[in-house]
Amino acid sequence: MSPPPEPEAGRAAWDRALRVATLLSADPHGCGGVRLRARPGPVRDAWLAALSAARASGRPVRRMPAGIADDRLLGGLDLPATLAAGRPVLQRGLLAEADGGLVIVPMAERLDGATAARLAACLDTGRVSVARDGLAARLPARIGLILLDEGDEDEAPPAALLERLAFRLDLDGVSLRDIVPDAAPRDANPARPAGTQSRSAAVTSHRPGHTTTWIESLCLTACAFGVASLRAPILALRIARLAAALDGESEPGEAHAVEAAELVLAPRATRLPEPQAGPADQPEPASADAPADRDGDGDRPIDDVVLAAVRAAIPPGLLALLAAGRVRSAKTGKSGAAAALARSGRPVGSRPGDPRRARLDLMATLRAAAPWQRLRMPREAGRIAIRTDDLRITRYRQRSESTTIFAVDASGSSAIERLAEAKGAVEALLAESYARRDRVALIAFRGAGADIVLPPTRSLVRAKRGLAGLPGGGGTPLAAGLDAALALALAIRRGGGSPLVVLLTDGRANVGRSGEPGRARAGEEALAAARAFREEGLAALLVDTASRPQEAARRLAEAMAARYLPLPQANAASLGAAVRAAAPAA
Amino acid sequence: MTLDERSAPMPLSEPETGEGGIVRLPPRAARKPSPRPRTSLPEAAPVFPFSAIVGQDEMKRALLIAAVDPSVGGVLALGDRGTGKSTAIRALAALLPPMKAVAGCPYSCDPAGSASACPHCAAGSPRHGRLVPIPVVDLPLGATEDRVVGALDLERALTAGIKAFEPGLLARANRGFLYIDEVNLLEDHLVDLLLDVAASGVNTVEREGLSLRHPARFVLVGSGNPEEGELRPQLLDRFGLAVEVTTPTDIPTRIEVVRRRDAFERDPGGFAAAQAGAEKALRRRITAARARLAEVTVPDASLEAAARLCLALGTDGLRGELTLIRAARALAALEGEESVGLAQIRGVAPSALRHRLRRNPLDEAGSTARVARAVAEVLA
Repeated sequence: MSPPPEPEAGRAAWDRALRVATLLSADPHGCGGVRLRARPGPVRDAWLAALSAARASGRPVRRMPAGIADDRLLGGLDLPATLAAGRPVLQRGLLAEADGGLVIVPMAERLDGATAARLAACLDTGRVSVARDGLAARLPARIGLILLDEGDEDEAPPAALLERLAFRLDLDGVSLRDIVPDAAPRDANPARPAGTQSRSAAVTSHRPGHTTTWIESLCLTACAFGVASLRAPILALRIARLAAALDGESEPGEAHAVEAAELVLAPRATRLPEPQAGPADQPEPASADAPADRDGDGDRPIDDVVLAAVRAAIPPGLLALLAAGRVRSAKTGKSGAAAALARSGRPVGSRPGDPRRARLDLMATLRAAAPWQRLRMPREAGRIAIRTDDLRITRYRQRSESTTIFAVDASGSSAIERLAEAKGAVEALLAESYARRDRVALIAFRGAGADIVLPPTRSLVRAKRGLAGLPGGGGTPLAAGLDAALALALAIRRGGGSPLVVLLTDGRANVGRSGEPGRARAGEEALAAARAFREEGLAALLVDTASRPQEAARRLAEAMAARYLPLPQANAASLGAAVRAAAPAA
Repeated sequence: MTLDERSAPMPLSEPETGEGGIVRLPPRAARKPSPRPRTSLPEAAPVFPFSAIVGQDEMKRALLIAAVDPSVGGVLALGDRGTGKSTAIRALAALLPPMKAVAGCPYSCDPAGSASACPHCAAGSPRHGRLVPIPVVDLPLGATEDRVVGALDLERALTAGIKAFEPGLLARANRGFLYIDEVNLLEDHLVDLLLDVAASGVNTVEREGLSLRHPARFVLVGSGNPEEGELRPQLLDRFGLAVEVTTPTDIPTRIEVVRRRDAFERDPGGFAAAQAGAEKALRRRITAARARLAEVTVPDASLEAAARLCLALGTDGLRGELTLIRAARALAALEGEESVGLAQIRGVAPSALRHRLRRNPLDEAGSTARVARAVAEVLA
């Protein structure tokens, strides 16, 4: 993604990646795994190769194909063996086969919630429960995961899964030059990132400290960097213990705690600690100059050492985002990803049913019929007896389609030409979404209330007809317009779609919910209505249509958690581009 | 409060009694035709002890209430990741006191109950009672319908030509708990099925030439993260209590959580042994509360307060009010009170009511805040 900033950074990232490979190979299940963000290429291959080399103990490594079905992931009926034996025979799934080793998940950014939940359950319990096809078993599956993430910036593997993995690596900044092996053999604790190298050399493990101290400093550091989940400090402590064990020590020392914090906590940072206050209520004399001053660290409190190490280890890209305050601590999930009964989309399994009303799943049907063959004793050899009970139909999941809801301020204050521009943008978007199978809806608010001018549609004809009849003029019932947009957006989300609300207004409300005029009350109601968008985590974009950017509109966008776009010279083309940029990743 | 049980050594050989009361079936070949093998009490399985869970008082209280009075109707724990939802529920299995059940009955019938309730007991076999752990059955993700409902026992059908019913997860959960992790990811057709059984307490099987009914009364316990998807309203309503679980933000609590988890991971056996006293005391409290439950009175003043509270919040139907009273009574029993006072109603109101409120787009406050506000106004 970003060009390699400087050679040392790439080399440092690679060293860190190798260290992760060592730790992960030593205890895959304890580490949970790693999210490896990298484009496919020689660097990623080299890392995977390093992993195999480090894993000399013969731990299994399995690759999980994208879109794997439950019978292969968890386990299921072994069809040939069942037919041969005349009784149900269990075939172990991939997770059970990888017990004690690693599972590589390619294209993890595309992983769906259901598969992620199965993997997460396996990480939590160290085993896989099979209750399928008339079989019940619990098999050990103490696995670690390698999530290969090739996503763009706004794509990520499911958060539920990421949270359980100790490590996050980004190899995009590493070039081929960086991965040439050193002439000197690496020790068990390879070189640290350039910034912290000198300090690490100075403070190896000769300040033992009690483990309790490390627990506290890891917790404090996690809090200082805005890492909310408690899994993070627990994983960090586990990694510190693992690093100590690899060094042949029974208790982790400072070097181990610092390394664990760098590897586990730094990539999860959502904010930078306050430079003055320091973490929590700890009295810290040296806190203010902590990041800069690396010489006098012999007397510094332990928390500071860990804190400074994490600060130094935060990936440069993330650091820039943190400084700009752009990282949201919680990403709203794609709810409603599971659509209703569909006949197209990606198959997600099968269930008993009538193939006349859905598509027959031949393999599942054969699997259901297999154990019965001896009992049914087909009259002719080589023919399989299938009964109605055996029939299985395929279940599909549709990709959730996105719907753009335009909520247009059609009042007198918003000037008629804005309305014309909004109409133009809707038409342009519609033509475009016709190709993408997205939908558009239009809500207009003016006078005393809001109307759904155009219910969610893909139809060009209907859209044009609805738009043509859109009236303008009157007061600005902003709250009513927001309520209508919210209700429609929630309905779409319940139906499995991804709504995006585009609000075009100047933010100057003057009609309340009751339909009565009154600027102050109408403004308050509009802000309250806007906050509901934030609560529901709806994607929204506010286009300020006033000829000069309005403070009221900006505050409204803030309350909605919407992107604010002052567009004094809004035209159809620029509006369309802004909407495309704000659309949620479907 | 803790997290996953990743580092606990797992019993890998079957038959096993893992996680307290969860009874695993041995391999089929080793199994005698009908009786379900059981161990009499949970072994010292290394699960994180319930009493060692830091904080999360609302969730723990809701689970204890459900253990005292199953008619409360299930517990739903929704909230942040990594807050120990699954840990608490799995820990409950090890905590629950054993119950009396008919020996060999696959549905764990109560020997004191009616003999006609299940196919096994109705067959007229002698009904000896024995102590068994209260079942806490995990519904695994990806479970298929036949294993949930039960199906024809293939093995016996194929080898002996006998048409026999092999009970499923619903049968095993009878008189116990059915736990669904990631409840919002459950397949729709399984949700429908579970709702039907949970409502009637009876599992009706009509498949593969079998036609039978068996009792399936269980406490539905669900956990999940709201970010993964919304729950269908029908399923939401089916849970008696709904608790919100949030990550603790104060540093000492967080440190204590990590410390206990670390201690448990390093020495599960020793950690459990150190907590054995607390576990025993809690178990005794549950047993005592159960015995006392029928004697706890609900004065008119408390009934009226509950009614006013539900009215003020505009909850649908009577279910909310009934759950509120039942939960308050169970809480009173747990606390050793003789009658239900306002304190108990106040204590359980958020759990009993927050998931029954109508969505109000005009009110941006969360449902928890709305319940708290109503409690402050009505029960002042």
